[in-house]
Amino acid sequence: MLSTWFPNVQWDVLLEATQETLYMSAISVVITFVLGLALGLALFLTSPGNLWANKFLNSLIAIIVNVFRSIPFIILIILLIPFTRFIVGTMLGAEAALPALIVGAAPFYARMVEIALREINKGVIEAAKSMGATNTQIIFKVLIPESTPALVSGITVTAIALVSYTAMAGVVGAGGLGNLAYMEGYQRDNADVTLVSTVLILIIVFIIQWIGDRITTTLDKR
Amino acid sequence: MINLQSVRKVFQTKDGEVKAVDTVDLNIRQGEIYGIIGYSGAGKSTLIRILNMLERPTSGTVTIGGKNMSELSSKKLREARQEISMIFQHFNLLWSRTVRENIAFPLEIAGYPKDRIKQRVDELIDLVGLEGRGGSYPSQLSGGQKQRVGIARALANEPKVLLCDEATSALDPKTTDSILDLLVEINQKLGLTIVLITHEMHVIRKICHRVAVMEKGKVVEEGDVLNVFKNPKEPITKDFVKQVTEPEETVDTIRQFIQEFPEGRIVQLTFVGGRAGQPLITELIRNYEVDVNILQGKITQTQNGPYGTLFIQIKGSEAALSNAMEFLNSVQVEVEVIHNA
Repeated sequence: MLSTWFPNVQWDVLLEATQETLYMSAISVVITFVLGLALGLALFLTSPGNLWANKFLNSLIAIIVNVFRSIPFIILIILLIPFTRFIVGTMLGAEAALPALIVGAAPFYARMVEIALREINKGVIEAAKSMGATNTQIIFKVLIPESTPALVSGITVTAIALVSYTAMAGVVGAGGLGNLAYMEGYQRDNADVTLVSTVLILIIVFIIQWIGDRITTTLDKR
Repeated sequence: MINLQSVRKVFQTKDGEVKAVDTVDLNIRQGEIYGIIGYSGAGKSTLIRILNMLERPTSGTVTIGGKNMSELSSKKLREARQEISMIFQHFNLLWSRTVRENIAFPLEIAGYPKDRIKQRVDELIDLVGLEGRGGSYPSQLSGGQKQRVGIARALANEPKVLLCDEATSALDPKTTDSILDLLVEINQKLGLTIVLITHEMHVIRKICHRVAVMEKGKVVEEGDVLNVFKNPKEPITKDFVKQVTEPEETVDTIRQFIQEFPEGRIVQLTFVGGRAGQPLITELIRNYEVDVNILQGKITQTQNGPYGTLFIQIKGSEAALSNAMEFLNSVQVEVEVIHNA
């Protein structure tokens, strides 16, 4: 029945493309989370009145974050070609998409981390200081635990953005469902392939959103 | 125990310099409950934060337990802070931690091993009366229970000094009293020195041994609570004393009474210390040819003894009245004639 409705879909190719999309998304989400968290913490901690208040560092980080967040992703991929060649050694395949995905998403997530940290009640930080906590203890025992729901919902939004970035990366040769929809669907005029690829991407997005929401509600004890 | 010498804190703002704390000298003794009272903006919040260096003084010295606080290295300061803990108006508990975990927090910071933490947390939960609530999150507790967690957390490292930043200002009167009772209990049981700031004279009256009154960054009056009640010098202090001794309606009641019954004398008697318990009025009626009509009275307990005011109307012949007044002036009460027909 599937072959009568979707005559042009090669299911093994579709499966492979899905795996590639999941692989690119998963790896980039993990690295984006770590890098974005570090950048977001740096943005927050160097801002005026905070633990490492430093005007110069703060504006430097802010500029870097804003620049990379503002470049359209498709252009970022092209700009990063030399960098990607240097690190990955090739411009083809799922691995080659990772640098651009991470460089594009980490600053985006960093801003969300910063907003999440700003939401923390200043009094709690003051209380920790009054107990003689070190800055490291304040970061790992107060800042991160007290902002987890916002950090998780932020990474959920970022992960969904990353799935759509992988589709764009697919167009320039990274593989995955975006590549399939473009090459097999659009270029060869097989509307059924485009449709099936789209549905699969939507399913991935819904699952990410559902998991993110579940974790956020469980963690939030406020 | 705590010594402040010409401590100043100046904030630079767009509108120029703001002197939050202006040349304050204080001497707080070991084991006492010391209250600092003032309206909002008087600088008391900044002052209490200078004690544990959450705010650095612009000039002056702060010595606690022999240590000059502003000269400590950051490591030494963190160690010193474990002996000077603090509770807050809005409790400042970590919402992501349970009651037990919140109380364990300062112990984790101090690097206690896990089993010692567990044992100490159990003791503290008992001490503040939170048995059975250890697994709850702060959002499931009432304001009073949250402050009990705050107190348990503050006591975890066995501090020598407890700073209370408007600790009861967010609580209702009944809960306020139960928290104040708890503070007195730990002051007596653990010999802890307590410094508190508040805008409520009720708090000073109920638990403090000594009090400082702050206005515009300066300490304008200071002394034993009972003496300050008895003999407030500054207008602001008189205002605060009135908060607990003379309810708002007193003045109106007396004024109305004078209008309706203008005969005799209306006298305000102020009792301080032991005298509040003596049968002064009985003596007055027995020994002098006067009628006494009690209009209004109130006796409040302070940590140093009772304090009370009584408004009476005295009627009688001119001679009897002057004899009665002479008697009143001879005993240890303050006498103020409010109305003389």
